[in-house]
Amino acid sequence: MSLRLELRGITKQYPSVRANDGVSLQVAPGQIHAVLGENGAGKSTLMKIIFGAVKPDAGEVFFNGQPVQIKSPQEARALGISMVFQHFSLFDTLTAAENVWLGLDKSLSLAEVTARIREVSGAYGLEVDPERHVHSLTVGERQRVEIVRALLTKPQLLILDEPTSVLTPQAVDKLFVTLRQLAAEGCAILYISHKLDEIRALCHHCTVLRGGKVTGEVDPTKETNASLSRLMIGAEPPELDRKPPTLGDVALSCKGLDVPKLDPFGVSLSQVSIALRAGEIVGIAGVSGNGQQALMAVLSGEDPRAPQGSVHLFGHDISRATPRQRRHMGLHSVPEERLGRGAVPTLSLAQNTLLTRNDAIGPGGWLRTAAITGMAAQLIERYNVKAGGPQALAKSLSGGNLQKFIMGREIDAAPKVLLVSQPTWGVDVGAAAQIRGELLKLRDAGCAVLVVSEELDELFEVSDRLMVMAQGRLSPSVPVDEATVEMIGAWMSGLWEGEHVQA
Amino acid sequence: MFKLEPRAAPSKVLTLASPLIALLVTVVVGVALFVALGKDPVAGLRMFFVEPLKSGYALSELSIKAVPLVLIGLGLAVCYRANIWNIGAEGQFVMGAVFAGGVAMQATPQSSPLILVAVLGAGMLGGMLWAAIVAVLRDRANASEILVSLMLVYVAEMVLSYLVYGPWKDPAGYNFPQTITFLEATRLPKLIPGFRLNIGVAVALVAVVGFAIFLFRTFAGFQLQVGGLAPAAARYAGFSSRRALWTALLLSGGMAGLAGAMDVAGPQGQLTPYVPVGYGFAAIIVAFVGRLNPIGIVFSAVLMSMFFIGGELAQSRLGLPKALTGVFQGLLLFALLACDTFIHQRLRWVSTP
Repeated sequence: MSLRLELRGITKQYPSVRANDGVSLQVAPGQIHAVLGENGAGKSTLMKIIFGAVKPDAGEVFFNGQPVQIKSPQEARALGISMVFQHFSLFDTLTAAENVWLGLDKSLSLAEVTARIREVSGAYGLEVDPERHVHSLTVGERQRVEIVRALLTKPQLLILDEPTSVLTPQAVDKLFVTLRQLAAEGCAILYISHKLDEIRALCHHCTVLRGGKVTGEVDPTKETNASLSRLMIGAEPPELDRKPPTLGDVALSCKGLDVPKLDPFGVSLSQVSIALRAGEIVGIAGVSGNGQQALMAVLSGEDPRAPQGSVHLFGHDISRATPRQRRHMGLHSVPEERLGRGAVPTLSLAQNTLLTRNDAIGPGGWLRTAAITGMAAQLIERYNVKAGGPQALAKSLSGGNLQKFIMGREIDAAPKVLLVSQPTWGVDVGAAAQIRGELLKLRDAGCAVLVVSEELDELFEVSDRLMVMAQGRLSPSVPVDEATVEMIGAWMSGLWEGEHVQA
Repeated sequence: MFKLEPRAAPSKVLTLASPLIALLVTVVVGVALFVALGKDPVAGLRMFFVEPLKSGYALSELSIKAVPLVLIGLGLAVCYRANIWNIGAEGQFVMGAVFAGGVAMQATPQSSPLILVAVLGAGMLGGMLWAAIVAVLRDRANASEILVSLMLVYVAEMVLSYLVYGPWKDPAGYNFPQTITFLEATRLPKLIPGFRLNIGVAVALVAVVGFAIFLFRTFAGFQLQVGGLAPAAARYAGFSSRRALWTALLLSGGMAGLAGAMDVAGPQGQLTPYVPVGYGFAAIIVAFVGRLNPIGIVFSAVLMSMFFIGGELAQSRLGLPKALTGVFQGLLLFALLACDTFIHQRLRWVSTP
């Protein structure tokens, strides 16, 4: 039987980086084939080449044994290749069926499409109500709409790009059942991920990319996380040294906090209570888009709409304080978007220190440029930031290095309370370990740290207590030693009432 | 199909040279234009690029036009850096002239020379008030500052017309629409006898230094620019966008108002319906050709006033339409935008699938 997809010597050169360098790949029908690699390893470029969105500079593509040149996603779909993107492309104000219908040629009526969706979703256990508006669907349901849309074209090759980053652990299990069924029917699946456990649990074969090159072709079921990670990053991540916490007084607290949503498709905070103590790290888990950003914005002061008296920092009411006033009291934050929010892309690293650091500002608002440059140079050195120097523009740094710089800028301010969103998003494994280490050091120095992350592993690694956010509500906290992935997963769906309640 | 692709690393040299390349393009197109009009292109270019610099008198005239452009351009540069699109500097200029004229008309032969300070102060206040209307509407009603500031230009011109045709008309002026000629005490002192060059040049140079310091050496200027470059970063840092809005609009309104005051207290010497000559609009081009940089604005303002004077000379000596001034000014901005586009991006031929 011929291979479903074969790539030979695919090379793609971008102006500043060689994204793919002689990549070869073979996918058999019915195979679930993992493509593993860190951010920036070239996975996305490779998938875009297969899907016709990017043209390779060199190399050949064979589909079912025939050489093909896929020039556009339309051609890819005509061949039988479907892709589910990491970021969904659904219109909030339309129903699921209307969204699917929009993407199809108009040979079917809306009613027929609705019927087909019911049929396909029934056959693969993908519960989707085609009549519902997309804005009322959870992220998991939206993904199911995307998958159903992909399946309606009866693909021979399905590409999934980081499909689990927005799912609860239970939803991940469900997705895997569907994918196995699809594979059993002969559909080949390319599964892109950097999550080692998932690849070992699901995939038959794994191609590992590093720096645009294939560094391994392995059977993931026979590998360990350590051996896969060696292939992926060339080293094993260092172990974290975690001592028991020394708890201090309550640093940051809010009680029964209600904040209405800003836009119709946003999330309202409802009855959120937290008491964050000095010397501990509290992790907030949850599927993205459940109010985590709204909560961080209210706590950091970016969203000034918290009711009077609802947020306290060291006993002072800060509900109406600006982010700068809060920083003066020792509360710093690291936002989830680095470029454009945590740093101004077109300004230098030196100038970017001024966003949150007032050390180099003299009387009358005079900027002491030598001091500003010196501070940036120190941060670059101490936090191992790869940059052209203090005058390098923020946008010239890779995401991981900019994250190190921003984390460094806030940690270096010796905060008493630090709020961090997605501390290691897009950061390579080595740098992620360094950032987690810095968070633990900060906590050991008596800082209260609140971490929002979608990576459960990370939260279990650094947190002392865990909380879960779902639909704008915050669960009670549970000590990390008593928490299990299953329990946190169930909480992510909002099911925590009557369970394991602790103040 | 042609496609624009971002370049990996735009050339630093070209980025700096872009205004000069744009000027070259403007000259080339200008030559073509003169030829098409049947005029000697060398003579045409002389009117624009040589005559305005030829003598002390010419330079003095150049400064009369360049000073208001510098002053207004500085204020606008702050606005545009803060991403606030004040395009109504012309109206703020007119209101500055009106307020300054109103004070100047109160002078008596006994007035102290210090009344000039009051005249200029009133002009700044007038410009600020006119810009404040924009700020209030944007702040309270989220109205587009582009539309509001532009429409207020026409309102300001109507106010001026009403005053000079009505209550402020010079009773001894043979019914011409103009105010009395202001007394000497309220006029800007001239620097050299026989030339119209006045202390406005010194004021403009001080303003250039002041704005350079404000933009590049003070935290307030930094905050303003962050708001323009990355609004989300400004929110994260806690820099107030409302304060940036008000600061930028009041500063640019004040500068335009000052320019208006110095125009009526300088070369004009009275209010007429012909106070607005387009400085406020030309200063938008000045600000961009000068790269929103105070020093660059000095050069671009001189260039733009050469176009003003060159257009007048081309009309009187070569019989060309005065609209050439506008054509050259527009060409320059257009060429600059094109240069910037091609410096940051490259054009590639892509075969259509």
